[in-house]
Amino acid sequence: MGPIKGLRGRAVAVAGDDIDTDRIIPARFLKCITFEGLGRQVFADDRAERPGSHPFDQPEAQAASLLVVNRNFGCGSSREHAPQALMRWGIRAVVGESFAEIFYGNCLALGIPCFTAPHDGVLNLQAALVADPTLEFVVCLDTLLLQASDGQRWQLELQQGPRMMLLSGQWDATSQLLAHGPELERLAGTLPYLNGF
Amino acid sequence: MSSGTLYDKVWDLHRVSELPGGSTQLFIGLHLIHEVTSPQAFAALNDLGLRVRHPELTVATVDHIVPTTSQARPFADPLAEQMLATLERNCAEHGIALHGIGSGRQGIVHVIAPELGLTQPGMTVACGDSHTSTHGAFGAIAFGIGTSQVRDVLASQSLAMGKLKVRRIWVDGQLQSGVYAKDLVLHVIRTLGVKGGVGYAYEFAGPAIEALSMEGRMTLCNMAIEGGARCGYVNPDRTTFEALRGRPCAPAGGAWDRAVAWWSSLASGPDAKFDDEVRFDAAAIPPTVTWGITPGQGIGVDEALPTLEQTHPDERPLAQEAYRYMDLQPGKPIAGTPVDVCFIGSCTNGRLSDLQAAAAVAKGRQVAPGIKAFVVPGSEQVAAAAEAEGLDRVFLAAGFEWREPGCSMCLAMNPDRLEGRQISASSSNRNFKGRQGSASGRTLLMSPAMVAAAAIAGKVSDVRRLLPTMPGQP
Repeated sequence: MGPIKGLRGRAVAVAGDDIDTDRIIPARFLKCITFEGLGRQVFADDRAERPGSHPFDQPEAQAASLLVVNRNFGCGSSREHAPQALMRWGIRAVVGESFAEIFYGNCLALGIPCFTAPHDGVLNLQAALVADPTLEFVVCLDTLLLQASDGQRWQLELQQGPRMMLLSGQWDATSQLLAHGPELERLAGTLPYLNGF
Repeated sequence: MSSGTLYDKVWDLHRVSELPGGSTQLFIGLHLIHEVTSPQAFAALNDLGLRVRHPELTVATVDHIVPTTSQARPFADPLAEQMLATLERNCAEHGIALHGIGSGRQGIVHVIAPELGLTQPGMTVACGDSHTSTHGAFGAIAFGIGTSQVRDVLASQSLAMGKLKVRRIWVDGQLQSGVYAKDLVLHVIRTLGVKGGVGYAYEFAGPAIEALSMEGRMTLCNMAIEGGARCGYVNPDRTTFEALRGRPCAPAGGAWDRAVAWWSSLASGPDAKFDDEVRFDAAAIPPTVTWGITPGQGIGVDEALPTLEQTHPDERPLAQEAYRYMDLQPGKPIAGTPVDVCFIGSCTNGRLSDLQAAAAVAKGRQVAPGIKAFVVPGSEQVAAAAEAEGLDRVFLAAGFEWREPGCSMCLAMNPDRLEGRQISASSSNRNFKGRQGSASGRTLLMSPAMVAAAAIAGKVSDVRRLLPTMPGQP
């Protein structure tokens, strides 16, 4: 783990609102005690439904590290297997119109920023990817600017808290939470339900 | 910004520190774990050389992967067996109470914690499962988390969180006979959308909410997450206290009176400020059925499926996709849609009153030929209580199967699943593509009584016509 200043690479667009985590990783693949191997199963049923034509099966997408989505991406189940599957497939950042909250938090815990952009901007970005799936992108967490190799640019947004956590390398909360042990135990001593009311 | 709400009060009571990233460290009073989202968290904890900080505030059960036909060990599915064995080992190593199969206390995590009196007003409750919002029915602030956060709670008994806004969902009037909390929440989600609650906690309040039983309130809060709201809650009142009284982990003796006084003080006050408020009239809500691939794509059982012209332009692509997947016709009535499988159970509707409502419909009737119908009690205690009043015999006589407790076909991680293009009438919470175990399987969400009505008729039917005088509302 370390600071995440930005990333560079190809992008893959998955269009549609309300894409839930059951679609990202169907429940049968949750029968595992490690996250290893989930990368191969990402979008398994969506890909099988349209053999060879799913965005994740396009040759140009194989090296993609940026995922472009629409509204309420990652809704439904809290399964961290969803961002784990995306990450193990190669995704390092997501740009979308909006995200479901649990998915957003799960991504942050893995160091995957979920940037937002307005509706028109995302549609325009998805159209640019359809026109040229070999575009290379650079995204910077300082400027929140996404630049394509053909010169197109998009202004992104990222909540200030997550942005600072990623930039400072503190996106894994465990050590921060452990640093406040004494305060936590003091608070536990004040809660009526832990102290016989 | 909200103030004076139960959410604000509970948040303030549990705030440990402000973290550098701008989030708040929130103390977690009850951590529930199960076999699917905890193994990687324990592995990460072990990698970091950490122990569980408060094993006495951590409670485990097994629900997602358990078979509902034979629960004999080892399970027929070696992967399921490995997951349970891993949970058993982790709980033993870290001194965590595990309510396993045959303990008399096993069941779906969101059914057993309230049943044991573990869930209480004013607590923060976290679990690696999105339906943790269920526990908000008791006036707790309860939310689902991912596995990295399960690791954080195990290690620190706290989470890094951002504060939500609070929307009050005020429901006037009274639900009609044959209309249940499930219909109410499907109606709310249909109206506000599956993303309408993102960024909000939902406070459910008003006369219709006060009139709901605890089990009805659990159904309601359970599905807050389907409307995008990570947590939903109901202010604690006499119904809450009566539901808690005498439970194994509820306070007793002198502590009981002190607890009731404290719990009462947590309810949103008359001067509470909300970020938003939406009002509904309970009397206007019909039995509601989903027709699409999100829980927001629902209609009244007596309505016709929306045409694309009637659908908001923003929602049209999703509606088109839903019609393609579901193979239903816009403009046609939803009533009369043939079903193949009928499932009664889940953390949404697998409690005793749910089974009572379904049994009242099934009693003296027969499941239609060719329909597979089965009932999965939410817990061993629910199963025992239902059997004590003969509900199992009512279901069996009507042609339903009576199964062992677990999550079952809500998410089909066990052998219970749809085959091919089968369409189910389901009392569960999600109609996502492929949700019930077949990549092309289809789900119609509805109340348990409506599922029973669909099983009898072999097609979607208005339960109000089947049983003109319904028993008490769950």
